[in-house]
Amino acid sequence: MSKSVTHFPEIIEPVLNQISSDGKNTRNMPDPFDSAPLDDIDSSLLRKDLPEIPDISEVECVRHFTRLSRLNFGVDHGMYPLGSCTMKYNPKICEKIAVRIQSIHPADSICMQPILSSLHTLENCLKEICGMDACTLWPAAGAHGELTGMMIIKQALKTRGLARDKILIPDTAHGTNPASCAIAGFKTQNIPSGADGYLTAGSLKEHLDENVAGLMITNPNTLGIFEREIDKIAGMLHENGSFLYMDGANLNAIMGIAKPGDMGVDCMHVNLHKTFGTPHGGGGPGSGPVLVKHELEKYLPLPRIRQEKNGNFILRRDMPESIGTIHSTLGNSSVLIKALIYILLLGPEGLRHASTTACINANYLKARISGILDLPFTTPTLHEFVLSDKLQKKQNISTVEMAKALMDFGFHPPTVYFPLVVPGAIMIEPTETESFEELERFALALETIAEQVISDPDSMRHKPEGTPVKHVDEVWAARNLVLTWLMDESNT
Amino acid sequence: MPFHTHSENELNTLLNTIGITKPDEIFSCIPASIRQKASLNIPGGFDEESISRKFQFEKPKISFAGGGVYRHHIPAVVDALASRQEFYTAYTPYQPEISQGTLQSIFEYQSMVASLTGMYAANASMYDGATALAEAALMALRKKRLKKILITRSSHPAYRRVLKTYLQHSPDIEIIEIPFDKRTSQVDLAALEKTLYNNSAFFIQQPNFFGVIEPLDKVARLAQKTPFWGVVVAEAISLGLLKNPGAFGADVVVGDAQSFGNPPNAGGPLLGFFATTKEYTRYMPGRIVGRTRDSSGSKAFCLTLATREQHIRREKATSNICSNQGLCALRAAMYLSALGPKGLRKTAMQCACGARYLSGLLETKNITPVFSAPFFHEFVVKLDSETTQALELDGITPGIPLAEFYPEIPDSVLITVTEMNTQEECRALCQNL
Repeated sequence: MSKSVTHFPEIIEPVLNQISSDGKNTRNMPDPFDSAPLDDIDSSLLRKDLPEIPDISEVECVRHFTRLSRLNFGVDHGMYPLGSCTMKYNPKICEKIAVRIQSIHPADSICMQPILSSLHTLENCLKEICGMDACTLWPAAGAHGELTGMMIIKQALKTRGLARDKILIPDTAHGTNPASCAIAGFKTQNIPSGADGYLTAGSLKEHLDENVAGLMITNPNTLGIFEREIDKIAGMLHENGSFLYMDGANLNAIMGIAKPGDMGVDCMHVNLHKTFGTPHGGGGPGSGPVLVKHELEKYLPLPRIRQEKNGNFILRRDMPESIGTIHSTLGNSSVLIKALIYILLLGPEGLRHASTTACINANYLKARISGILDLPFTTPTLHEFVLSDKLQKKQNISTVEMAKALMDFGFHPPTVYFPLVVPGAIMIEPTETESFEELERFALALETIAEQVISDPDSMRHKPEGTPVKHVDEVWAARNLVLTWLMDESNT
Repeated sequence: MPFHTHSENELNTLLNTIGITKPDEIFSCIPASIRQKASLNIPGGFDEESISRKFQFEKPKISFAGGGVYRHHIPAVVDALASRQEFYTAYTPYQPEISQGTLQSIFEYQSMVASLTGMYAANASMYDGATALAEAALMALRKKRLKKILITRSSHPAYRRVLKTYLQHSPDIEIIEIPFDKRTSQVDLAALEKTLYNNSAFFIQQPNFFGVIEPLDKVARLAQKTPFWGVVVAEAISLGLLKNPGAFGADVVVGDAQSFGNPPNAGGPLLGFFATTKEYTRYMPGRIVGRTRDSSGSKAFCLTLATREQHIRREKATSNICSNQGLCALRAAMYLSALGPKGLRKTAMQCACGARYLSGLLETKNITPVFSAPFFHEFVVKLDSETTQALELDGITPGIPLAEFYPEIPDSVLITVTEMNTQEECRALCQNL
């Protein structure tokens, strides 16, 4: 296999302020209605000069952002195997339909009816997929969902007159889990997972006391391992008066196969931008609906979508025990519509097939690659798996160098150095939408890199070579903190 | 299956390599007791054409709805450029070598937000204006160890609600509403002066929820007595006309920039922005992009100040937010680049003049603004719910009914005029009254 198959454009595009110059933007704009002067506003409150934003022509604007886009890598370019991020293909038809709601304002109440109806359908679909009883769609991202879920648990305890303030979190959890707990007013306590990667009922028992509000679990966990004692764990928690929260980041492994509700989960969030194929957009907008069992329903955030007897949908706010409002409007509505279209395109068979294929693709890669790279856990895994750089450390090559080298083969690197329980972790989640050829190409790339680590370790220290910029100095960025072009000018 | 099928040969190779014979065996690690017995009970399996027919959404003929979500003209270049899949289908830019497009455009967005608000630095964006305000309050509490959050009652009701939700688990924190003058809706300066404490942070929305422009110069003189004060801007277009809030000495300027190139989308995604002074830069929540250099010495960008964030700090992180509204921030950068300084100013002028035009027409029908102070592009009028509903049946959304949020202003509607509303539309509203 050739060393490099990708050639990124060698363009370093100037920052907008460098191409800006007064009077270049000659866009035609309609004139304000002339009948009404603005002399009623106190001049001390008005801007004296024009706003300081770039003045460029439309062609320059188009070239600028088109060139910038070519410095990016998206899932439409190739495999993006970020573990626990589920970078699957984003169906284009979902975009095409979702734009139909773009000019509707939430106060256009008649036009909102079919949208609320769609959102209501989405709630029902998510409830069925997760085996839960009630749903809110408003959290704008996964971490927002976690926070909402933690507030719901806090509120439920408060109603029962309990001041429990501790959430248990396995050591394999995402960093957002403890951060979300902290904002909801909880303390967190780490529980170690066992040598085979499972959280055991025995280990939980050691940490359970009357101060435990709940456990925040990801299932399958971030090692890709299904927590086989989950129902036992749920039982112990419930007996202790504690709640089981599930981070749905890895739901893509079990759609149509097993329902969190059947495992004893009381409250959970799902990531529509992972499991349900909505685009990540370079960091958002995401969407993190929260689902609960009956007993927690009254605490869900406001408003709630309800269908009246006449068939109309209304937004209700008369839920006195609710945690309150969590978003300016109705969450990321257009993302919600895209997720619904995705679910309806796939249907029950398609969702099950997606999870099955995601797990097969991951297990195929695991079988192909383990041996080339160290596999710290031999426990069976589902949609993702974690390797380490233990074998390559002998050549003084670590995860970061191998991850960077993958870019020269036209791949986005996997998640690295996470979960924290594996030193030098490389966490791979191919998803179901990778073809056999792409999986094979990825395995070959890692094989080639592993060979190179042995034959020419020094060459590994200068990766990547074929990208628009070479190794980026993140330490310089944090030390100098140049966050705007104004700071950049005063810096140089 | 539309997006994930291997050929039979390929599937056999996959299964053989794994060492199983049937696809379903891959799930043998899930205990049988919790395996799903029945197939999911959801509709599905639609083709593109039939699902497209199923989802038809009508838009209103005429709408004067605003109140934090606004309809503005979006230059054609924004949709054309933002839909490039290189931007659309990328993840958070953790690998800077192949994410310079996202990173540089966020740096440009941060620069423009900082410039328009008159602040030192801005982050890569937040979920929406409401959560940006809540995060600003949390930052103030963290840094200054305060006990009270003061906010004007004329600030966006949903923002105040979200603030309350976010702070309900911060022990011993009191949220106090500062009343508005019943005649002007501007902040009651006397009440403000009496309520300002040395252990409180103060927030005011400009223009306020009723569209009225607050006297920020007078407010600033009082607010500077508190350890921390901030300005909330729910309509970013106003920054093209009004003096930037930073000029008045605010510690933070937060709000929503959905108006910059993002459509209303039935309520979201919106675009929370967060800008602050040098003093607070290292305490900001959320993603931040910084300029740096690569190993060959070229200009490059990367995510920075990660030590504030969850991956490293976990429960001690400055915030739990680990994404931004990337695509919306990108659209904002494109929108401002397409409009330019004169275009942004002119859009703001069109909005303000359009609102004055409609308000003038309404006065001929003896419908006068409830509040006497100058507004930007929104104003409140008396309109009972019967009239409102009748208008809606005629395809006209007159605005946002206020009764739910302000029982003290019954039978009233917040009317918003943007450059999208023509003179004909304004006349149509009047004729239907």
